[in-house]
Amino acid sequence: MTASCALETKVLCKSFGALAVANAINFQLLPGARHALIGPNGAGKTSFVNLVTGVLQSTSGQILLDGEDVTRLSQAQRVKRGLARTFQINQLFRGLSVLENVTLAISEREGVAGNFWRPAGKRTAVVEEAYALLDKLGIADEALRAVRELAYGRQRLVEIAVALGLKPKVLLLDEPAAGVPSSETGTIIEVIERLDPTIALLIIEHDMELVFRIARRITVLVQGTVLVEGTPAEIAADPHVREVYLGERVTP
Amino acid sequence: MTAKSAAHTIATFARRHRLRPMEALPWVLAVAAYFVFPDYLALGAQILATLLFGLSADLVLGYAGIVTLGHAAFYGVGAYTAGYLAAHGVGSPIIGLIAAMVAAGAVGFISGLIILRTQGLSILMLTLVVCVMLQEAANKMTSITGGADGLQGMEVQPVLGMFRFDMYGHTAYWYALGVLFLGWAVTRTIVHSSFGRSLTGIRENVARMNAIGTPVFFRLVTIYTISAMLAGAAGALIAETTQLVALNVLSVDLSGTILVMIILGGVGRLYGAFIGVPLYMIAQDRFSTIDPTYWYFWIGLLLVLVVAFARGGILGMADAVLRRFKRSP
Amino acid sequence: MDAALSAAISIGFHGVAFAMVLYLVSVGLSITMGLMGFVNLAHGVFAAAGGYFMTTLMTRYGVPFAVSVALATLAVAALAVPLERFLYRPLYGADELDQVLMTMGLVFMSVAIGKYFWGPTAMPFYPPAALSGQIDLGFRTFPTYRTFLIGSGAILVTLLWLGLERTRFGAMIRAAVDNRRMAQSVGINTSQLFTFAFAFGSALAALGGGLGAEILAIDPGYALEHLVYFLIVVAVGGLGTIRGPFVAALLLGVSDTAFKYLLPELGAFFIYALTMVILLWKPRGLFGQA
Repeated sequence: MTASCALETKVLCKSFGALAVANAINFQLLPGARHALIGPNGAGKTSFVNLVTGVLQSTSGQILLDGEDVTRLSQAQRVKRGLARTFQINQLFRGLSVLENVTLAISEREGVAGNFWRPAGKRTAVVEEAYALLDKLGIADEALRAVRELAYGRQRLVEIAVALGLKPKVLLLDEPAAGVPSSETGTIIEVIERLDPTIALLIIEHDMELVFRIARRITVLVQGTVLVEGTPAEIAADPHVREVYLGERVTP
Repeated sequence: MTAKSAAHTIATFARRHRLRPMEALPWVLAVAAYFVFPDYLALGAQILATLLFGLSADLVLGYAGIVTLGHAAFYGVGAYTAGYLAAHGVGSPIIGLIAAMVAAGAVGFISGLIILRTQGLSILMLTLVVCVMLQEAANKMTSITGGADGLQGMEVQPVLGMFRFDMYGHTAYWYALGVLFLGWAVTRTIVHSSFGRSLTGIRENVARMNAIGTPVFFRLVTIYTISAMLAGAAGALIAETTQLVALNVLSVDLSGTILVMIILGGVGRLYGAFIGVPLYMIAQDRFSTIDPTYWYFWIGLLLVLVVAFARGGILGMADAVLRRFKRSP
Repeated sequence: MDAALSAAISIGFHGVAFAMVLYLVSVGLSITMGLMGFVNLAHGVFAAAGGYFMTTLMTRYGVPFAVSVALATLAVAALAVPLERFLYRPLYGADELDQVLMTMGLVFMSVAIGKYFWGPTAMPFYPPAALSGQIDLGFRTFPTYRTFLIGSGAILVTLLWLGLERTRFGAMIRAAVDNRRMAQSVGINTSQLFTFAFAFGSALAALGGGLGAEILAIDPGYALEHLVYFLIVVAVGGLGTIRGPFVAALLLGVSDTAFKYLLPELGAFFIYALTMVILLWKPRGLFGQA
């Protein structure tokens, strides 16, 4: 059973002094999953992503990628094992072109990024792949523009493109629609819906419309603890979730 | 998207790596300068050597984005290594040069391993401290370095056993130019490579580089070591061509000055050093003999103005002018 | 008295006197670096300016010592305001490199200006008669001026700490160091606060430069020569704290004096090595917040 999980955490804990941002989180992400992690502000969602990706070191507990323990591995080593993420606030190379942003990721995945002598732009296979990826996301026409010149909604797509350039088995999207005007959320949702179905996807989101459109499974995190997990219908009906997350009172 | 525009985009993306005719200009000018200014070859050789130092500093500062206040550490280690060998019977300049690169590279590698894990003010302080530590060590180890009096008794043999260093600086000039050319070729190759681009990525956004699986620390140590080797070569050039090594080669002053020179030309542009270093050194040669006090004042003022109004340095301004020129036909 | 004990007392005494000067000059740097996140290499310029103003008033115009110190401090504070507004402010939040370069430019200019107006040699400094000579503290005699330095330094440090803890200005600074956005949202005018803090820090530096002119001689290279020590005090102590730099200044002042006295051969080398070890162990300094 364990081996079939794309990503799994066992009793994962992290605290900063007295503040526990992850409190014995047991979590399973199955291959090809469309899973959402929701919870009120400060529930520890982004901390969870940071723990899983290795930005933060856990205090105790285990993180397994495809059945292998990666708890002690560096960020880079986890990425090599097929784990990719996006950030809640864009983390891009703003001065570089869109194409180069993706090229950097693909070069890294292909293991050619440490090469000293061959001009980066002449790695045609890498650049072509990057271009094709941009084309798929509908931003190829801006390939040569610097990221900072793009509208924020389009930058969000570059953020996803960079992660996809790593050909991840597990993809963590941290609020992909954050900061995007509502008229453009549709594009983001479409891109996510068209993702390769073999990718195990964990999406952290506030936008409930997006969550219910994409997720087939939802985990609710409150104060670093998993409150409940279930199908969207179960979650929508759960009185505790309504109480803590939607702010409604449970009527007896 | 049509296949044609895809091909066009990809070709455009690759085109920036090609060698442009303009890139021959520095070398044409350097050769021309030899014939036009035969009385200034000694200064010319110093400028060429400092240019190599500038290139090495730009790799670290302009490309990898490591703000260092101690780059003279490597330059000084190179200068003392070559100088010490020449004073102790190993007078071959090429051997001195290689030894200097190895020694400076080793110092770069070890100090890089220690200090590149930190960020911000810490890294700035640590680069600074490494430099002052080495200077203090050189100051106290008088038996090896000659201390405050400088290294005595260097005897540099002819280059390749054929070209004797003359008092006019003919040999020095060509020797420095040759080494600079090699250094430039290496630097240019690196900054255009995938490795070089990944350094730019680190400078632009470390968090994202980590998230795409880049071994950031390893890359930084690598470029720091390479840059240290080039700085060491520059130091060796200065030692061999002037036959003089004193404590100032390890000074924080020099670490700051080299930054000033490359900022003046434009950082992270490869050719910034080619503009800034000669300009600074020629101006210094002209003006500082009149009054070094004024010199410091104007350089300080220039720095303040560059930061306030011309962040890209001279090359950056040229870019901006060209762009405006292109836009309005 | 036992020779070793006597030596230890001397080292402690002169070390603490040196530490007071280092602290007064550097503490403002810690505040501005912590508050504005500004790498200000030119902080020593304000100390040098304080020293120059004070010694000039005293030697050229015969103004009494205490008045000279006060006037010099006020003058530097006044000078700091336009500098902050026009040169520093545009670079808040800019690249570290820009800040380093701009302030390095100021240091270079200060070297030239110092030399132009006051000549290449150090400024003469004669403490007033009441503070000259030796003072008998019962068990031993000590140089009067340095005793005064330690005493007034201690008073200033106490006032500073109390001030930052008890006054509204202090509370606002502490709030802004902790969380700038929060401070803004509760209605603190951070723009004004920055100017005040900068002028205040510069004034403290001027005070340190003036009072300390006997230990760190006022010459054109002042801001450059002592830069490493000022930075060490701040980096080792921890940015944005006012107690951290005090401990760091004591460590640095006493160990520097001890090395010069006992092991002049290895002097500065050990201090730099120690700095390195501390910074590697605690990159944010001994008292810096994580």
